[in-house]
Amino acid sequence: MSQNTLFDKVWDLHKVADLPGGSSQIFIGLHLIHEVTSPQAFGALKDKNLKVKFPSRTIATVDHIVPTDNQSRPFKDNLAEQMIDTLEKNCKNHKIKFFNIGSGSQGIVHVVAPELGLTQPGMTIACGDSHTSTHGAFGSIAFGIGTSQVRDVLASQTLAMNKLKVRQIWCKNKLSKGVFAKDLVLHIINKLGVKAGVGYAYEFSGPAIDSLSMEERMTICNMSIEGGARCGYVNPDKITFKYIEKRKFAPKNENWLKAVEWWKSLSSEKNAIYDDVVSIDASKVEPTVTWGITPGQSIGVSQTIPELNELSIDDQFIAGEAYEYMGLNPGQSIKNTPIDVCFIGSCTNGRISDLRVAAEIIQNHKVSPNVKAFVVPGSEKVAKAAIEEGLDKIFKEAGFQWREPGCSMCLAMNPDKLTGNQVSASSSNRNFKGRQGSPNGRTLLMSPAMVAAAAIEGKVSDVREFLNK
Amino acid sequence: MKEQFQAPKGKILKISGNCISLVGDDIDTDRIIPARFLKCVDFESLGDAVFEDDRKDLNGKHPFDLKFNKNAAILIVNSNFGCGSSREHAPQALMRWGIKAIIGESFAEIFYSNCIAIGIPCFTLEKKELKYLQVKAEKGNLFFEIDIKNAVAMEGSTTYNLEIKQSSKNMFLSGEWDATSTLLNNIMLIEKKIDELPYIHLNK
Repeated sequence: MSQNTLFDKVWDLHKVADLPGGSSQIFIGLHLIHEVTSPQAFGALKDKNLKVKFPSRTIATVDHIVPTDNQSRPFKDNLAEQMIDTLEKNCKNHKIKFFNIGSGSQGIVHVVAPELGLTQPGMTIACGDSHTSTHGAFGSIAFGIGTSQVRDVLASQTLAMNKLKVRQIWCKNKLSKGVFAKDLVLHIINKLGVKAGVGYAYEFSGPAIDSLSMEERMTICNMSIEGGARCGYVNPDKITFKYIEKRKFAPKNENWLKAVEWWKSLSSEKNAIYDDVVSIDASKVEPTVTWGITPGQSIGVSQTIPELNELSIDDQFIAGEAYEYMGLNPGQSIKNTPIDVCFIGSCTNGRISDLRVAAEIIQNHKVSPNVKAFVVPGSEKVAKAAIEEGLDKIFKEAGFQWREPGCSMCLAMNPDKLTGNQVSASSSNRNFKGRQGSPNGRTLLMSPAMVAAAAIEGKVSDVREFLNK
Repeated sequence: MKEQFQAPKGKILKISGNCISLVGDDIDTDRIIPARFLKCVDFESLGDAVFEDDRKDLNGKHPFDLKFNKNAAILIVNSNFGCGSSREHAPQALMRWGIKAIIGESFAEIFYSNCIAIGIPCFTLEKKELKYLQVKAEKGNLFFEIDIKNAVAMEGSTTYNLEIKQSSKNMFLSGEWDATSTLLNNIMLIEKKIDELPYIHLNK
């Protein structure tokens, strides 16, 4: 059993009680809600005649269902309008702070909370969304929950949970030029598998992680869940503190100094005991692309799609399904695979640094004529910063569509969808069958830089060749 | 159409019914309930949409469309079932279709806790035994009586030993899987806890 890790410290601090059944009651410091997984939770509160216990500890925004082309109300889609309307009413009735469209702070919930300084080290953070693991980048324990658990947090600010084991993923050396956090996390998921994280929290550490920016660390922690780990985290350091300082909800004045002192004490100790430790050589990671229907089915851009006999027996069934669904053959090179749609955005890669990297690649190039390409900033703040830097112009001049903030084509609960069996190069997080809105649409996950390169060439390309030009 | 849906309540001690086999590893929640069906403010209508895209694709040959599975209540799956999104809509859709318990090699973490929270016990079993049971269920002749206390599934005189997390088992036996009231019993401790957390004060 783990000891003296950040996870142990934060867990112990938030434990309210041992429950009769054997699980623990854990206090949730920050609860984030959005329009998709909260309405039934508020409905259940009403059925049970309960109130929101600590309304100031829940923050709301709207992201999944918002259109990214025309956000004027009422939305064209009645169901989407009903969902945002329900959230507005629930927040008003229960006195919950809501960052709505046009507030200047709306966006994808996992982009918004960090940029407002709401996400801080040492907190427990829950949200009815599996990518809540993103917030672990700050040294918090953050995880996705279902709607019944959203109800429980609203009613009691606590959850019944079993303690997770802790696996340290030590990332040695550094990423090379043209290789990004997205490539590293896809590589890790490929090496460990999509179910290796079940029952674990992942601690990402080592020189390769230490040298990443906060936004890159968020990309890594965001995809912990794709490796099966409900929660992933990075020990907080100077980079973390600098990111939080002066943000809207950050501690102020003398409280700031006290907070930093406390945050420093949270990191895993040198003598920490982990349930498991694995090591990854970051310098060996290439720009990485998925070829299949799980985020674990990925290869370096110079590699070929694995043959069945190169895979473990456990991975062969789903590989067979993937070849057929994707229309790709074992032994085939992933490079030069034709692309129909390019999507830059999502809670994985929709932040300002992602847009900067992609803009740098796309500058002075044009989107291939047979590709539909679009950029969806992760939040209103990201959009504003990008426009101030002139990134929107660079994208538009190259032939990208510049959209309003939202989850967009990551999951297609809004008008942004693939059609037919289109192939997308996507900076999002899931390549499941039908994920991007068409029951036979196909998704290749990659970094925003690789999506930009694919947009120019109209096919999967090695972004390093653009950097060397 | 099936008999009217009734959500489970209170203690869950025994579950019996026909078994339905669904073969495949890493079956994600987008497949169980595609995102377009999440555009709703209640769970009522989800039962008919379970596995919608997979079922369309198989044109009547999907296990959830086969006649002999019509009244099935126990789902038998393989590994990492329910991976991906945290949407409770996935187990809600399965439950509203008629599923009352799931047996598999392994379950994704959030899916598992969602199942517990709505009263669907999930059991694990060895891969080899699962495959054997799936073949039987595919012929439409596997009826199980599951005893949660003893974690066994009985098919006539044959008994299969299932695994279930002790804390989940206790919750079903006591009826505390619907956790809200159990959590609220500790309201004094919750209020004490909020006072102890450094960041609550530092963020004032």
